[in-house]
Amino acid sequence: MSDALDIVVRLLAVFVAFLVLPLVVGQTEHKVMAHMQGRLGPMYAGGFHGWAQLVADGVKFAQKEDIVPAGADRRVFQLAPAVGLLPYLLVLAAIPIGPRNAVGQSLDAGLFFVLAVMGVGVLGSIMAGWASANKFSLLGGLRTAAQLLAYELPMLLAAASVAMAAGTLSLPGILDSFHWWWVPWQLIGAVVFFVAGLAELQRPPFDMPVADSEIIFGAYTEYTGLRFALFLLAEYAGIVVLCALTSVLFLGGWHGPFGADGLGWLWTLLKTAVLAFLIIWLRVTYPRLREDQLQKLAWTVLIPLALVQIALTGVVKVVTS
Amino acid sequence: MTLAAASHGFLTPSGVEIAFLLVGLVTLGAAVVTVTTRQLVHAALWLVVALGGTAVEYLLLTAEFIAWVQVLIYVGSVVVLLLFGLMLTKAPIGRSPDADSGNRWAAVAVAAASAAALVWVVVDAFRATWIELGTPQGTTETTGRSLFQYWVLPFEALSVLLLAALVGAIVLSRKGTDTAAGSDGGGTAPLPAPGAAAPSGAATAPGPALREGQR
Repeated sequence: MSDALDIVVRLLAVFVAFLVLPLVVGQTEHKVMAHMQGRLGPMYAGGFHGWAQLVADGVKFAQKEDIVPAGADRRVFQLAPAVGLLPYLLVLAAIPIGPRNAVGQSLDAGLFFVLAVMGVGVLGSIMAGWASANKFSLLGGLRTAAQLLAYELPMLLAAASVAMAAGTLSLPGILDSFHWWWVPWQLIGAVVFFVAGLAELQRPPFDMPVADSEIIFGAYTEYTGLRFALFLLAEYAGIVVLCALTSVLFLGGWHGPFGADGLGWLWTLLKTAVLAFLIIWLRVTYPRLREDQLQKLAWTVLIPLALVQIALTGVVKVVTS
Repeated sequence: MTLAAASHGFLTPSGVEIAFLLVGLVTLGAAVVTVTTRQLVHAALWLVVALGGTAVEYLLLTAEFIAWVQVLIYVGSVVVLLLFGLMLTKAPIGRSPDADSGNRWAAVAVAAASAAALVWVVVDAFRATWIELGTPQGTTETTGRSLFQYWVLPFEALSVLLLAALVGAIVLSRKGTDTAAGSDGGGTAPLPAPGAAAPSGAATAPGPALREGQR
């Protein structure tokens, strides 16, 4: 009976994290962007520092009418937000937050599971782009697919380097064998992984699939109300997942200079938060890459870099063992 | 692994076996819909269900590594490539009148023959062997060991095959750039294979070939 209770508690914890963390990132993005770009809008609602802006956004989304365009493929159109959002919930369950089995579900091939299921999330955008019966949406869907195909490979190669270093595919296992000198050793892989992950999430500067100045809002152009909010939520959940994964794979997750007992989860959260801040910072700093620059970056810079990292990992591994 | 099939009757199935059967039925149904539906993109999406169902079957057989690889390669890459190709060429919403083929009976015959061959091979290989699934049979470690100890040669042969496909894709995409300079604006010409377009041509070949099939 306690086993069942244990599972229920873990699933509840993952679900709560899934509901809370993306909203925290969203709120942070409002405020950070407002400060960095001098935006006045997000600082008004609710009085102090515009704390109620996110609540107001939620109410606005819930009130809006849920429209399905007449020419759209109804079922696929309505299913797409769920396909885009749910994979991130599943991924969150496999990411360890602290030592001693503080993970939703420990998997033997957790690294593969996480990368595989993250790739499925993009299917939601492609479905949305096709089903909207809108040329701009279709273009957005096409760009999403091209971007996924280009950036999946460097991401996998960078992750493979860590798996080689640790000798396991299990995420808690990778953290168990972590040493501080892995950070400089796997630095190239970390950068490649993070950049490729950003591109897979279609965050600026890799937001060509939703480039609002040329294709309106890409695959999400025709969406309104709660379904649109679900896509936005998927984006923020994606940020949380990517940052948590990067900190687990490359920055040592629960390991920190002090507080090894009991404070491990705090280190994970702290590293995730810093990386999330970095993502927001990149959004307000860099202009959007053009589609061909995007593809070129993946195939001519990131993949060779990832291969260099794998070679480096292999050499060091052979020399030290 | 024991040869005690007699003690494990078919009439008292466990929960896992029932789940295996149900998921198998769903997978089979999705696969049938994939090849019979008249809507091209729906066919690709039903293929996702069929391939995902196969992954769940692997999972129920405790082959975790293979299951996730199935999701990563087939759902995450092959179907996305398929959808990319469909959307780049012709993906109307609703029924495609030309989605049917005159070769359907030949296709049924080939499918039945290959299914029979596969089933026969599996049945002949295992006969009445009973594999206990209590301890996981397909962890990453076990899979890696058997792959690199007993199946190295087929593994390497497959990589040569992939290399050949890669070279072919490069040849196709290079040919595409040579002729594109000569015949510009020929919107009816079919695109090169989507696999060839993805590595290098994806960025340079949008516009003219994108047909309006949407409304």
